Amino acid sequence: MADHTETERRPGKTGGDGNFPAGDRGDGAGRDATRRLAKPKPPGYFEGETMTRRALVTGGALAAGGIASAAIVLPAIGFALGPVFEEEDFPWQDVGPPGRFVDDNYTPVTFSMVTDVGEAGKTLAYVRRRNPDLDENVPDEFVAISTRCAHLGCPVRWVGPAQRFVCPCHGGVYDARGQVEGGPPVRPLDRFKTRVQNGQVQIGPRYSVNSDLKRFSARDPGQPIDGLWKYLYPKRFTVPSVSG
Amino acid sequence: MALRIPKPPLPGRRKPPPPSEPAANGEVALKDQAAEVGAGIVGWVDERTGAAGFAKGQLFRKVPKGTNWFYTLGSATLFAFLSQAVTGVFLAMYYDPSPDRAYDSVQYITNEVFLGDIVRGMHRWGATVMIVLIFLHMGRTFFFGAYKYPRELNWVIGVVLLVLTLGMGFTGYLLPFDQRSFWATVVGVNINGTAPVLGPYLSDFLRAGPEFGATTLSRFYAIHMLLIPLLIAALITVHLYLVVKLGTTAPPWLRAKLPEPLEKESV
Repeated sequence: MADHTETERRPGKTGGDGNFPAGDRGDGAGRDATRRLAKPKPPGYFEGETMTRRALVTGGALAAGGIASAAIVLPAIGFALGPVFEEEDFPWQDVGPPGRFVDDNYTPVTFSMVTDVGEAGKTLAYVRRRNPDLDENVPDEFVAISTRCAHLGCPVRWVGPAQRFVCPCHGGVYDARGQVEGGPPVRPLDRFKTRVQNGQVQIGPRYSVNSDLKRFSARDPGQPIDGLWKYLYPKRFTVPSVSG
Repeated sequence: MALRIPKPPLPGRRKPPPPSEPAANGEVALKDQAAEVGAGIVGWVDERTGAAGFAKGQLFRKVPKGTNWFYTLGSATLFAFLSQAVTGVFLAMYYDPSPDRAYDSVQYITNEVFLGDIVRGMHRWGATVMIVLIFLHMGRTFFFGAYKYPRELNWVIGVVLLVLTLGMGFTGYLLPFDQRSFWATVVGVNINGTAPVLGPYLSDFLRAGPEFGATTLSRFYAIHMLLIPLLIAALITVHLYLVVKLGTTAPPWLRAKLPEPLEKESV
């Protein structure tokens, strides 16, 4: 081990494996003509040492520098990445009395997705009563369809005469249940949880549905969740879990 | 008619100016005094830094025969970056990256601040110019074969610089905070999100949450004015170091002069 550090410390000088016989303090060159004259051992050298003083100090300085850098960089990275791992609260919001909504047409409601960003935080949803002809396995009494297109997030619009949701950006078309009928969207329109409380219909967190209208935790637009795709676009930490 | 690129005007050899005749009363002309002071300052700095030798080495280094106007595209891109940096610094004096105030502050810059529309216009159009120049520079490097050994690493650094520059475009587009900015960013972040596995988390990182929120704008602003410019400046330094270290390539239509083959003498 001692010899190993010795060769590393003076690369190319000793030429060989640096394995000097005991008592050889640099004057052994005469015995082996092919070996270069070895430098004298550093002060404090003793036979059988496993670590030179210089290697210890170098390692110590690097370790101290590394710890100091990590102490600055790691908190900064954590600071920037923090929001990725925090689940955001989504407050339930009143959107009107139950009598406002019918089961054969959509009523647009506006509410705040995000507070503190002014008008930019508001969004539109289309709400109707559960309709036995349209909705199987829908537990909520009211259905709230998000206007965020499942292609790239443009706002879709309910076109009453056509009974379709239409996206202005790239021509995505959805039927009355929000399922894709044409264009580039990769899954049906997202929905919001709904409930009735204190005589008001309330809108809760967003969730996504696959092509069978099975519930999944909210995915971003452009991310299919049918079959194996749901493993390529996994649940994020920022959105609440949604069961079945 | 063949299209010809005009030859650049080449200056002749620099001649030292003749010394002014000393005035009759022995006074040195003011011009010569000023020149002496200037030379004194340059000499003082040079004696302590050795910068003159370094600068001379950079400015008067040899370039291959056939070097032409296409070789200026890299410098042009650098100049576009510097122009963006300077105008960006001054725009930051008036810009307010809060969702409530961003649009108004941009309107204020454009309509109220003296020369504000000029500075904002330089930054806005300069961004496009920089993208165009960086692609032309990349094309020059590709078609002249200047990415080959030993310059592969410089090509890789250049590609990273291209991606960072596109990142500048993406993050800067949000800052005016009008309808186009907002929806273009919504769509752009969602396109980022379609990358498998990591995409959804990348989107959350860019938005600082699951929805476009209060800190999204300030996050884009910090990335746009601090993070990416610092990375670009550092990488440009390495890029230029390698250019100077390795030298530029001759254009591919120039062939090296081969030594005449030896003829075998028959005896």
